[in-house]
Amino acid sequence: MAVGVSTPTASTPGATARVVPSTGKSTGGGGFRDQLGSLGFLAPAAIWLLVITLYPVVATFRNSVFDESATSYVGLHNYQAIFSTASILVSFRNNVIWVIVFPFLVTFLGLVFAVLSERIRWSTAFKTIVFIPIVFSATASALIWRSIFDLDPHIGMVNAAVQTASGWVNPPGLYPVNRGAGQTVAALASSGLERGPSNSLESTSTATAGDTLELGMIGINATTLQLVGAQSAVEPSASSGAITGLVYRDFSPSHPTIRGQVFPDEDGLPGLKLTLLGADGTSAATTTSDQHGGFRFAGVGSGSFLVRIDSSNFRSGFTGIFWLGGQSLTPTASLSQTAQALLSVPLIDLSMIIAYLWIWAGFSMVVIGAGLAALNRELLEAGRVDGATEFQIFRRITMPMLAPVLVVVFVTMIINVLKVFDIIINMAPGASQGDASTLALEIFNSGFTGGIHSGLASALAVILFLLVIPAMVSNVRRIRG
Amino acid sequence: MSVVAVTRAVPATARRRGISFLPSRSGLNIVLAVIALFWLVPTIGLTIISLRPESLFQQSGWWTALTAPAQLTLQNYVTLLSQGLATGGVLDSLTTSLAITLPATILVVVISGMAAYSLVFGQWRGRDVVFLLIVALLVVPIQVALIPVVQIFRGFGSITGFNPYGTLLGVVIFHVAFGLPFGIFLMRNFYIGIPNDLLEAGRIDGAGQWTLFQRVVLPLSLPAAMSLAIFQFIWVWNDLLVALVFLGGNAHHPLTIFLLNQTRTFAADYWIISTGAMISVFIPLIVFFALQRYFVQGMLAGAVK
Repeated sequence: MAVGVSTPTASTPGATARVVPSTGKSTGGGGFRDQLGSLGFLAPAAIWLLVITLYPVVATFRNSVFDESATSYVGLHNYQAIFSTASILVSFRNNVIWVIVFPFLVTFLGLVFAVLSERIRWSTAFKTIVFIPIVFSATASALIWRSIFDLDPHIGMVNAAVQTASGWVNPPGLYPVNRGAGQTVAALASSGLERGPSNSLESTSTATAGDTLELGMIGINATTLQLVGAQSAVEPSASSGAITGLVYRDFSPSHPTIRGQVFPDEDGLPGLKLTLLGADGTSAATTTSDQHGGFRFAGVGSGSFLVRIDSSNFRSGFTGIFWLGGQSLTPTASLSQTAQALLSVPLIDLSMIIAYLWIWAGFSMVVIGAGLAALNRELLEAGRVDGATEFQIFRRITMPMLAPVLVVVFVTMIINVLKVFDIIINMAPGASQGDASTLALEIFNSGFTGGIHSGLASALAVILFLLVIPAMVSNVRRIRG
Repeated sequence: MSVVAVTRAVPATARRRGISFLPSRSGLNIVLAVIALFWLVPTIGLTIISLRPESLFQQSGWWTALTAPAQLTLQNYVTLLSQGLATGGVLDSLTTSLAITLPATILVVVISGMAAYSLVFGQWRGRDVVFLLIVALLVVPIQVALIPVVQIFRGFGSITGFNPYGTLLGVVIFHVAFGLPFGIFLMRNFYIGIPNDLLEAGRIDGAGQWTLFQRVVLPLSLPAAMSLAIFQFIWVWNDLLVALVFLGGNAHHPLTIFLLNQTRTFAADYWIISTGAMISVFIPLIVFFALQRYFVQGMLAGAVK
């Protein structure tokens, strides 16, 4: 860590050497043999680039108007297929989301980090920490983030944090029933209990003062019993003027098939919130079951009563946000199916963009930092002497002078996300890969999964190529100076 | 004297005025510390997951190990590494990654250096046009070339009997092609700064082109060559797509494919993924920390890739 990512002042991308000087390099002398010799130095690169880069680009254009095996001409059929295939249109949509969101955010983050870290003593350490993820493969990074966003709060850190927060706001009951996973409260009733209103349970029979009720529940797992500290069931003795009872787990290891009978090896269920209901359904009293599952409503008047096990006992906790899923962030329910597909922003795109920011913010920071270091300090000082505020200096001097570097980062990142592939194939689980797909993934899927299929994949590659041409032109213009 | 006094005095007042725009120094330190922590957490998490027993993975989060470090063990590494060089194992993937990355790196450095020499010190016409063409090639997406190159490899195979498709050599050939534009760009920009007099002296002494390149230009351009080598090394080491396409069904695959394959099993085996990922980032991390100055310089020079 000692060396760290310092800000080199040598070359900044905005000021890389331009073409002009090379003409000045030619030495007058040198005969034909010399010329041939120096051309010979170019030969390996020239052959390599002609055969493995330039020719393939041309061939891809050709293949895009041929069929799957690149043998017969099909005109624009492949292109028609692209724009009429819903799954490919979805990948275009994702590319649009990436291009709109990512380059802007990563440039902004890089600028903020570069400006702020200039003012701290440990800037080298800070820059190194932010920069490190670039050295990791996107594959490894994607897999790290896949676990961070995992649905299970025991694995996924984000959901663990959300679970903790939601536990403060809306604490789960002691006997949570995950209705999202298809469990029902009614299934917990075993003997003396039936389904009550709104996810509660009620005693099947009414009781009057002096009665004792046995309420058996089933389907409560060992972990829950351990968590609530259940002990063996003990029925409280009946007493006049009170309704007493026992809530127990209606499962005896020694008599596994017998229900509705309390055995010594059965557990009482502690901590259950119970309500005594009068004949008109109003609450007459409340209590909580004790360590052995017993309860007592003292001082009960005349009339018959029901005992209700409140729904709050069964409220389930937070079960996790599916960060890697395709559910949309934008409301599109009222739209047609095609419009839904094209206008929805799946949550997984956001998760992947966060992961990708983690990878690339360091690049943006270091390049912009180099630009900052190369700024003309005298101009900044002049601004200060003239009484400009720090913000005015930043807005009116620093930003305009930094603009070329910001453009380089922005354009580089646009090209980068047009080709985004590794993060998607690794981070999106199989079920949401379709929702998360991009152009590059479609090219791979249509071209290389289960044999080589030329036509469609080539047409997609041509579109990708056309999309990077503006960046290509901008680079050439910038270098030509 | 007075000028010095003024320039020294002014920043202090400017800093005072700047408070409304930027947080105070201690506030800034805290903000950046939080950001640094956020950036570290995924790596720490990966490290800890790789050090926890498989059985604990679904029971409790890796962060519980921060308060119960007794859970940590090297067992996952022992298990993975004890497979040795068995085909498809992590060490086999590591050597495959090296077998692809080293030749692809060396070839790019040498061939780029030669081409840049020709572009800068050669005396043929059209050098600038060729250079601009190479700049244009910098951003060509590799996806555009994949299928035709597979076809070229197959065609080559049907003529000569050796089909590079499905071999490590095929992967290397492709990587070199797509490393060259950046390599030539970087090396040329460095050579521009070499005074021509140095070569002229050699020419007078009767040195040939190769001698000039080897004895004068190459030693002088060592920093640029280092930058390029590190950049290319990490680029190729971390590649997934080219290997996926050109290795076809080859049983030996690089670490990135090793990792991807683990996610495609029925239940992603995170103990293998995390341990394998740690092993896969080990070498690039060493390269980076040992030679980061060159890496950053290369990145700055080639911010256009």
